[in-house]
Amino acid sequence: MTIEATTPVEAHAARSEERPTSIQTMPMAKALNAGMRQAMRDDPKVLLMGEDIGTLGGVFRVTEGLQAEFGQRRVLDTPLAESGIVGTAIGLAMRGFRPVCEIQFDGFVFPAFDQITTQLAKLTARHAGRISMPVVIRIPYGGHIGAVEHHQESPEAYFAHTPGLRVVSPSTPNDAYWMLRQSIASTDPVIFMEPKSRYWPKGEVDMDAPAVPLHASRVVRTGTDATVLGHGAMVSSLLRAAEIAADEGTSLEVIDLRSISPIDYGPILESVRKTGRLVVAQEAHGFVSVGSEIAATVTEKSFYSLQAPVLRVSGFDAPFPPAKLEGVFLPDADRVLEAVDRVLAY
Amino acid sequence: MPDAIDSPSPAVSPTVPTVRVLTADGRYEPTDAAAEYLSQLDRLSDDDHARFYRDMVIARRFDNEATNLQRQGQLALWPPSNGQEAAQVGSAHAARAQDHIFPSYREHIVGMIRGVDPIDIIRVMRGVSNGGWDPTDAAHGNFHIYTLVLATQALHATGYALGMSLDGVVGTGDPERDAATMVYFGDGASSEGDVSEAFVFAASYQTPQVFFLQNNQWAISVPVSVQSRTPLYLRSSGFGIPGVQVDGNDVLASYAVAAKHLDDARSGHGPSLIEAVTYRMGAHTTSDDPTRYRAGDEEAAWALRDPIARFRIYLQSRGAASAVFDDAETEANDLAADVRTRTLELEPPALEAIFDNVYTEQHPVTDEQRAWLQRYERSLAAPETGAAASEEGVR
Repeated sequence: MTIEATTPVEAHAARSEERPTSIQTMPMAKALNAGMRQAMRDDPKVLLMGEDIGTLGGVFRVTEGLQAEFGQRRVLDTPLAESGIVGTAIGLAMRGFRPVCEIQFDGFVFPAFDQITTQLAKLTARHAGRISMPVVIRIPYGGHIGAVEHHQESPEAYFAHTPGLRVVSPSTPNDAYWMLRQSIASTDPVIFMEPKSRYWPKGEVDMDAPAVPLHASRVVRTGTDATVLGHGAMVSSLLRAAEIAADEGTSLEVIDLRSISPIDYGPILESVRKTGRLVVAQEAHGFVSVGSEIAATVTEKSFYSLQAPVLRVSGFDAPFPPAKLEGVFLPDADRVLEAVDRVLAY
Repeated sequence: MPDAIDSPSPAVSPTVPTVRVLTADGRYEPTDAAAEYLSQLDRLSDDDHARFYRDMVIARRFDNEATNLQRQGQLALWPPSNGQEAAQVGSAHAARAQDHIFPSYREHIVGMIRGVDPIDIIRVMRGVSNGGWDPTDAAHGNFHIYTLVLATQALHATGYALGMSLDGVVGTGDPERDAATMVYFGDGASSEGDVSEAFVFAASYQTPQVFFLQNNQWAISVPVSVQSRTPLYLRSSGFGIPGVQVDGNDVLASYAVAAKHLDDARSGHGPSLIEAVTYRMGAHTTSDDPTRYRAGDEEAAWALRDPIARFRIYLQSRGAASAVFDDAETEANDLAADVRTRTLELEPPALEAIFDNVYTEQHPVTDEQRAWLQRYERSLAAPETGAAASEEGVR
């Protein structure tokens, strides 16, 4: 595809100025789509890049219809090269654009790892703040979809370990819509982890106003006996665990982490001071993980509030297994409850 | 082609149609391949020629001074460009003000030609800054900061050039407006995947971009024959990007080729690759010892093609006044003395600079750690006060 230098790009912006004013029910994939559409209408510098995101609308159809609305100059089907996508996005950001890159699957982000960690994350500091890197990298991640190897992984800790990046993961359509818009508006690079198993369940999206800031963690179910915490698709398993526990007379408080870097410890510490017990759950491997970091920090900051050690429930420290075993590999409500039983035993 | 570059590397064959204007002994004797580029030289005045000569002399003198400063413990590292002056000076002067230059880390004179203060390059190598200069400052001629992870900058240049296309500043016919990017990289970096991916993206989007490859024959200790079994200028043709080889020790040829290809890029004819065949006369950096991996007779052979001596002979044959050469020496010596003085005056950054600009917006971790470091430093400065570094520890 050759990009013609004279094609008008702003024509689309004027087409639809009206904003939806009601609460709408939609799946996360549609909420993400709506978030990108609104961001592109609001700012002509926002453009999308990725493999198969144009005509096809992405392998998960998250960008469906956006190329038709905004044209090939703002929704770019890229060559199949992830380092190329991110490296080119960096150059575009230097030019004043706000690229939103789609990585097709979690396991395919690693060819771009160098550009993300040695360049994107550090360029603002390397330039002493004279430029910013408003780049969003969307990564569909996590299991529960029965796919082949490299299509079900949770690589968020690699990015959370890197200073200069922000890392977030929504668990609901409403958060997906608003967190993506907030991420696109951020002048720092944001790794946007999309829990792909949650693309399809519907939820309400308040199109008028965001509920909380991008980096806020949030109590999504109150309880008194123990706190369970997670992000992305894990939140629905935690809520299921809380339902089961309630039937058995145990009151669990559920926290949706939402932001992996930075971590908003306020609601977490407040909850731990109340319950004295914390279980952190994640699909990712447990060794040197986000859960490990939270366990260490909560121990440092709330040592005298804890009635039991902080426990982690994680994907095993083995390569993601063939999909027929993912139900065993990935933590579910029962594995969370097993850990809850252990913290309550202290 | 009697004076063809005959490096032992199979990647540089005497049969390659190299663009050369000046022979190694300074005679104006363009090769056949140079024919389509010669008109580019028509715009050069005697003053331009003198400037080219002066810039090459300054580059070498600056290199020597910086190397000395490193040897005296004043710099952490210095990557010299000794031997590559013609490729860099010629190509740099081919760029227009609105073009954007993406260097590797050895293009010191290119930066200086674009307006960067040499002390800002020194700052990077002295360990007081990771960036050095501000590429958004118009005084710095859109010369972007150095890249140490080789070849990443090729994609940044491609993305920037794509942005120029999207902004409509390509192919309008306005020579003051149409713009392009030029990215510098080396024979070693040409093996990195990012160069290939940049070729792919540049070809797909037909970016206004020149890939300027300085083949200095050695990637630290590894000869170019290990990087490539074909001449490097052929690398891009499989991607749909035309390539040309130029004698990188010929400043006029380097200028002419870069000027033509930048013009083409600005005019909307897409990307191209220039392989400037040159030689790294010194070490890779001051941490390197070339005697461990290459023979002195190779260096001696390349010394006979010295870019500065060659151009000096040519200028003398054109009747240049001796003041041209004397002034260049004086200016270079003055610059070296000034760089030395200012290097010794450079102060280390404030401790808090560790946390500055990691994020553009407020961030709890950097805020907390900055505050902790300040308390810790105060406790070290005044231990008798008993000030604890932290009430609740640092994360």
